Amino acid sequence: MMLLSQVQTPDVDVAILLPMLVLAVGGLLILTFTSVMKNLPAWCITGWTVLASIVSIITVIPLWDRWMDEGATSTIADSVGFDGFSLFLTVVIAVGVGMASLLSHSYLEREELAGPELHVLLLLSGAGGVIMAFSNDLLVFFLGLETLSMAVYVLAAMHRRRFESQEAGIKYFVLGSFSSAFLLYGIALLYGATGTTNLVAMQSVLNTTVIVQDGMLLGGIALLMVGLAFKVGAVPFHSWTPDVYQGAPTPVVAWMASGVKAAGFAGLIRVLSVALRPMVDDWGPALEAIAAATLVLGAFSAIVQTDVKRLLAYSSISHAGFILLGVTAASSRGTAAALFYLASYTFLVLGTFGVLTVMGGEGDSDHSLDSFRGLARRKPLLSVALLVFLLAQAGVPLTTGFFAKFEVIGAAIDDGAYWLAIVAMMAAVVAAYLYIKVIVTMFLDEPDEDAPSIDVPRTAAIVIGLAAIVTVVFGIFPGPIDDLARDALVQLAAGS
Amino acid sequence: MDLVLTPTWYLVLGALLFSIGAVGLLVRRNPLVMFMCVELMLNAVNLTFVALAWGLNDIGGQVAVFFVMVVAAAEVVIGLAIVVAIMRRRQDATADDLSVLRG
Repeated sequence: MMLLSQVQTPDVDVAILLPMLVLAVGGLLILTFTSVMKNLPAWCITGWTVLASIVSIITVIPLWDRWMDEGATSTIADSVGFDGFSLFLTVVIAVGVGMASLLSHSYLEREELAGPELHVLLLLSGAGGVIMAFSNDLLVFFLGLETLSMAVYVLAAMHRRRFESQEAGIKYFVLGSFSSAFLLYGIALLYGATGTTNLVAMQSVLNTTVIVQDGMLLGGIALLMVGLAFKVGAVPFHSWTPDVYQGAPTPVVAWMASGVKAAGFAGLIRVLSVALRPMVDDWGPALEAIAAATLVLGAFSAIVQTDVKRLLAYSSISHAGFILLGVTAASSRGTAAALFYLASYTFLVLGTFGVLTVMGGEGDSDHSLDSFRGLARRKPLLSVALLVFLLAQAGVPLTTGFFAKFEVIGAAIDDGAYWLAIVAMMAAVVAAYLYIKVIVTMFLDEPDEDAPSIDVPRTAAIVIGLAAIVTVVFGIFPGPIDDLARDALVQLAAGS
Repeated sequence: MDLVLTPTWYLVLGALLFSIGAVGLLVRRNPLVMFMCVELMLNAVNLTFVALAWGLNDIGGQVAVFFVMVVAAAEVVIGLAIVVAIMRRRQDATADDLSVLRG
């Protein structure tokens, strides 16, 4: 007992952990209850998942007030940090969990894959993403990333009867753990160079000391960036994206493109703009090159695709390039622009893959461009929703996509990266072509006579409708989200 | 000649093991061997952590190893589960058979 009393345990501020705890405990409770009550109806589980994500968002509201009044703090021996940035992305991730869960409700029914696992894994991976957004220590960040990724590996392989889904799962797993190893090696080298894994402490070490033999430091930064670039699907570490997006169940792809991407960027921005801030001259040019390559390659590779899911995978690579544009600016405007982009893109991509979930038909296999022929005559409302999403992805005014692109390019110009802004605008033009290609197929082509009928389940309709409304309303009045994104600064400080 | 083992030796060994794992994952085609290579990479990082903790005289790096071991164990479980799911459908699948998705 003497020994125990001598052990100093760190203070735990539970309020800060609540958004994460709600998601994680929500998922574990589903597992517990479904193992006891075998015949729990499917809507119960979906409802519970949506409820957990809504409660998680509600717990953010008092925290946001606290952030506006008191500023950033950290807890559990400074390993978990709390600022507006983490709160903003928590909301984005929770929205992704809730909407992906609604989408998968009808999907599981159609594919006869009934069971609570998909919802549980969604909640747990969401909790991992929130940990990443809140991390103030490279180890906590790594654990969050692994919690997120491992759940998503399984989600990708979820469809038991489709070989494509399993292939996607194992490809994602092998490449994902490969990149995790690189990331971890980067963390180890940074630890060796600075003597700490805490992000804020690392920043102050790098600010105050000049490291003469900087081989280990630079190697660590490079390896860390490889791992992070893989997670957000940036060129040249993007090659998994098309295969995994095409093979994985469509609602899972909606989650990967929204929540997982947001969590990846949470980690990227957190690590680069807090811990490695003093080294911006070293990682800045590398990140600019990655952003440019991502923008160009994503847009051009998408053009030749005939499978819409694969096409959207390449377009998501191109979107990652735009978000990186905001990150490379390394300014508060750049971060705000990246956050606005992530928030609007989450709704956009959930809506787009929502339409694809409905269109996929039984077996989740019908995603060729041809199956979109004459959709406007067969399902007018569905095609109008997809029109909104595709126009927003192209960046047409009066949608959130326009303002998002405008802000990131503006941030790049503020930063003086004119060439990058020009590359981004050209990539946007190229990408617009492929969205218009889908729109033309939908509205101008005649429908096939033997086309299978499309059934739009109510839960999917809610997701698609909500996403379309958000895209248009906040496209016309982007003010509220933009104000929040500007307030959501990365401002971690050493413990109070 | 006195050979003094400094942390540097272990760092070099860690880097070598990490490279062997990385190259192995890229050239081998058996999914199980590929998992072993990932494990080798993670354990190479563990060795690096311990060596650095020794060099820096700091306990943090040794604590990190425990977390990494847990992550590595969980990773194997998931990887094997996915492989079993695939093997049920296709016996003797190698990485080259997993090529339905392309374009």
